[in-house]
Amino acid sequence: MNAAGFPLLSLLTFLPLVGAAIIMFVRGDDAVVARNARWTALWTSLVTFVLSLILWARFDRGTAEFQFVERVSWLPEFGVGYHMGVDGVSVLFVLLSTALTPICILASWEAITTRVREYMVAFLVLETMMVGMFAALDMLVFYVFFEGVLIPMFLIIGVWGGARRVYAAYKFFLYTLLGSVLMLLAILYLWREAGTTDIPTLHRHAVPVAAQAWIFFAFLASFAVKVPMWPVHTWLPDAHVEAPTAGSVILAGVLLKMGAYGFIRFSLPILPEASAQFAPLIFVLSVVAVAYTSLVALAQEDMKKLIAYSSVAHMGIVTIGIFTFNQQGLSGALFTMLAHGVVSGALFLCVGVLYDRVHSREIARYGGVAGIMPSYGLVFLFFTMASVGLPGLANFVGEFLVIVGAWKVNPWVAAGAALSMILGACYMLLLYRRVAFGRVTREDLRGLLDLSPREYAVFLPLVLATLWMGVYPQPVLAVFEASVAALVQRHEAALNAARLAGL
Amino acid sequence: MFVGAVFFPLLGATISGFFGRWIGSRAAQWSSVGCMVLAAVCGALAFAEVAMDSRPATVGLGTWIDVGGFELAWALRYDTLAAVMVAMVTLISTLIHLYSVGYMSHDATPPRFFAYLSLFTFMMLMLVTADNLAQLFFGWEGVGLASYLLIGYWYDRDSANAAAMKAFIVNRVGDFFFMLGVALVFLTFDSIDFSEIFAAVPQHTGDTFLGLNSIELIGVLLFLGACGKSAQLGLHTWLPDAMEGPTPVSALIHAATMVTAGVFLVCRMSPLMEFAPNALTLVTFVGASTALFAATIGCVQNDIKRIIAYSTCSQLGYMFFAAGVGAYQVAMFHLFTHAFFKALLFLGAGSVIHAMSDEQDIRRMGGIWSKIPVTYAVMWIGSLALAGIPFFAGYYSKDAILEAAFAAHSLVGGYAFICGILAAFLTAFYSWRLLILTFHGEPRADEHTMGHIHESPVVMLAPLLLLAVGAVLAGYLFYDFFVGEHEHAFWAGSIVNAAHNHIMHDMHEVPAWVPLAPTVVAVLGIALAYFLYMVAPGLPARLAAAVPALYRFLLNKWYFDELYDRIFVGPARRLAAVFWKIGDVRIIDGMPNGAASLAAGASRGAVRIQTGRVANYAFAMIIGLVFFVSLFMLGLR
Repeated sequence: MNAAGFPLLSLLTFLPLVGAAIIMFVRGDDAVVARNARWTALWTSLVTFVLSLILWARFDRGTAEFQFVERVSWLPEFGVGYHMGVDGVSVLFVLLSTALTPICILASWEAITTRVREYMVAFLVLETMMVGMFAALDMLVFYVFFEGVLIPMFLIIGVWGGARRVYAAYKFFLYTLLGSVLMLLAILYLWREAGTTDIPTLHRHAVPVAAQAWIFFAFLASFAVKVPMWPVHTWLPDAHVEAPTAGSVILAGVLLKMGAYGFIRFSLPILPEASAQFAPLIFVLSVVAVAYTSLVALAQEDMKKLIAYSSVAHMGIVTIGIFTFNQQGLSGALFTMLAHGVVSGALFLCVGVLYDRVHSREIARYGGVAGIMPSYGLVFLFFTMASVGLPGLANFVGEFLVIVGAWKVNPWVAAGAALSMILGACYMLLLYRRVAFGRVTREDLRGLLDLSPREYAVFLPLVLATLWMGVYPQPVLAVFEASVAALVQRHEAALNAARLAGL
Repeated sequence: MFVGAVFFPLLGATISGFFGRWIGSRAAQWSSVGCMVLAAVCGALAFAEVAMDSRPATVGLGTWIDVGGFELAWALRYDTLAAVMVAMVTLISTLIHLYSVGYMSHDATPPRFFAYLSLFTFMMLMLVTADNLAQLFFGWEGVGLASYLLIGYWYDRDSANAAAMKAFIVNRVGDFFFMLGVALVFLTFDSIDFSEIFAAVPQHTGDTFLGLNSIELIGVLLFLGACGKSAQLGLHTWLPDAMEGPTPVSALIHAATMVTAGVFLVCRMSPLMEFAPNALTLVTFVGASTALFAATIGCVQNDIKRIIAYSTCSQLGYMFFAAGVGAYQVAMFHLFTHAFFKALLFLGAGSVIHAMSDEQDIRRMGGIWSKIPVTYAVMWIGSLALAGIPFFAGYYSKDAILEAAFAAHSLVGGYAFICGILAAFLTAFYSWRLLILTFHGEPRADEHTMGHIHESPVVMLAPLLLLAVGAVLAGYLFYDFFVGEHEHAFWAGSIVNAAHNHIMHDMHEVPAWVPLAPTVVAVLGIALAYFLYMVAPGLPARLAAAVPALYRFLLNKWYFDELYDRIFVGPARRLAAVFWKIGDVRIIDGMPNGAASLAAGASRGAVRIQTGRVANYAFAMIIGLVFFVSLFMLGLR
């Protein structure tokens, strides 16, 4: 039943919790506790990452079925069970989560000096929640993890954040919770309907067309906030600005993908008619998101806010891709999600490098940094260009596929998506120009040190991943090929069935 | 050999970019020059084998993307069209690398410059050897990136940063259309592989999209993409500003190679463009208009590099209208010869600027020809070639273009011919205006600068002399192959003229005055410049004063920058501020924050009710009781 021969997914999910427990028991004076907490967290997350590579190695790319499946009966009389497994859609997100966590811990090495132990515990718990969410195959289990992510993130922003951290943390929490409540209602309805919360079973269950619309909107309320889609995006810039660097990385890298993942995992397969019916709505919201947030990004004075708004625009491309319901669009959306996870995470790390040294996120505070920190300038430029969608780097492949996929459905939507090529270049180059280029106007900047070995270690894997995904994306695309093909096929079959029933 | 021509520059870029700090500046420079020489040798060999021996080849490098029938490979496609470009790019780039060793000797970070320059060359080669539209786009954007980096090379100058950004963003506007064009190609042909597209074109001539002919729409979209890169009317504004980069960059990127990518694209797509007559009409019209428009501006500019930049713009217009009337071979021929003499002119200008202690304004030059005789001589050769004086390279190609435009016998062909002749006159005029103001007359620079004037070192003069040889001979030697009697065998199917297109034959059968006309107007242009600036040097100022409106209109480049600022840049900024401050902060955030304060207010109200006094509670209960009892009595009876 399981390609790994042992419950790998559960191990990946709960190993970080073990690490967290160990950190809890560390005793001694503050410095010793901090050091032990850092090293324990790093090793735990590294071991988790290495174990997750087994997923990559043993994953069968030829099938759309769920793999590494584990099933434990929990509440059989209610049709609820502990059911884990991954398919082509989710496996890479598990990897993304396990890969970004050690990078985040490394990035927080020196930046976090207060309550280090609690911080590391929060991060490991967060990893558990993320991995569990992507691996869950039972709606109730999914819901628990989906909501569970909020708690450590809420704490990370609220405790280790910037000046307005409490406002940002509450906004983040309330926004996302409000949507989730509606999703819980939808889950309850589906459970009553189908008598189970098992996701693969629900995929095969035909939900009455009449009920699909409101379930779709209940899901939409939750996922749209997470993506975030326009106009429920405003929690994101605030959360990013106030979050510590590593918090931003996880927020942009993994948490933003939860909404889009939800669309692909639930809305599309369970509610095919409603998805098709409301696709134009999603397109409109997404194109507005691309144009609107790109322009708003142009006006920002805060580096993190600018990148946060750019994330909203990129996620707009993702939602366009998902609702094209064709293979190019969906593959492009998934690829963009991964690429964005790497690239925008790296961009937040780039901001973090400067923030650690100067303690300011204000764009006008900088200028001429490329001359003072040449290696940093190069890395920052690399990720700026990746974010702009330069061919040969990660983002391009996804965006290109989405545009091709969208063009099949509606050329105006494709044009809207392509608009991000122009506007994205505007705001990212403006950011880079004002921060890295120009004359050095502030004397205190002259003393800045270039990247440290630790920072090289943080960036190197991200640079390599970005290049690899841009130049040779095929191994990645091949992973979700079968699952996406099956999804598209099922979607079309469902629509055809509905059409026949209508006749 | 095929792989080497493309990848040696990448090797050079890597060496000087990443290891420049360890191996030292000189070693970095010379290793990138060495890699370029190797690339040029490979390029020449490839040209000999592919173009001269007619043995095209495709070298596969691996899969790129493969999603649901959307297949892309990394591959190098060597046919004559690609081989011509590879040989030309590697040769010119090598010479410019060599020149840069001298030109950049006083710079602080030459390894960075050489890394960018080599990276650019690599990307350009990827572009021209692309096997499919996506790989072409990879090179296309790659040269855009390199150009961005090189224009902004002196990044402590604000003007350089602004120019670099402008170049990238204006190019992106073109890329937007390019991308949509590629998407439509895929939708129409189910492939974006060149061989598959070209093979399938005849079956899809009737396809429509949104009520328009698909092939026409593809042609227009791709051409709009080409407009961005090749600085055609409307999207030309970035090119003159790009002169903020070091002069070798202007020569390599903004004259000889990158800006010709658009022309290359149209020629590469010739099998498709042949079935898009309306798109070709647009190409002709825009090209012809650009040729004339840029030439008018060139006549009044005062920055030596900007004059040459406008002349580049104008010459690109020639290439486009040649392609537009279906004579792609002629367009490629002009592209080829132009690369030599335009690189020569730019590097010559660089040599002048170098000698004049970085002065670029021709109003503050003059009287220096005897001090820098070699530079003076090569500038003459470049100008003669540019003006199309007989037996210099430009003569063969420009004549051929005008003959083709005349032979098209269409309305837009006639328009192109007239624009071309007028532009040829203006070209000769501004070229000699430049020569005379720069080298002759009274010295107008200060004594300090005049005292420092010196001829450039050998490492800069050698490339100039080699390019000068090219500017003299490239036309004569290659005329027969590119457009003459061996034309068909030479191109070997890499450029396609449809069955109804006889332009390559007709252009040789025009009336006898047609080939003569460009030469005559060129000589007239030179004569006018001689008269205005040598014989009666006070006259130009008086002329400018006589028609101040026209003069200002030309000097301000037809006010394109101001117009775009008004229409796009300003409104975008204002809209951004409105969206952010009002849309996000007031409306979207206003609602949840409003809800929050509403909830807080309500709870404060609720707190106030709970006073803790039993009497109040009892009173409230009695009121309630009375209320409900009366409701019961009234309502339920």
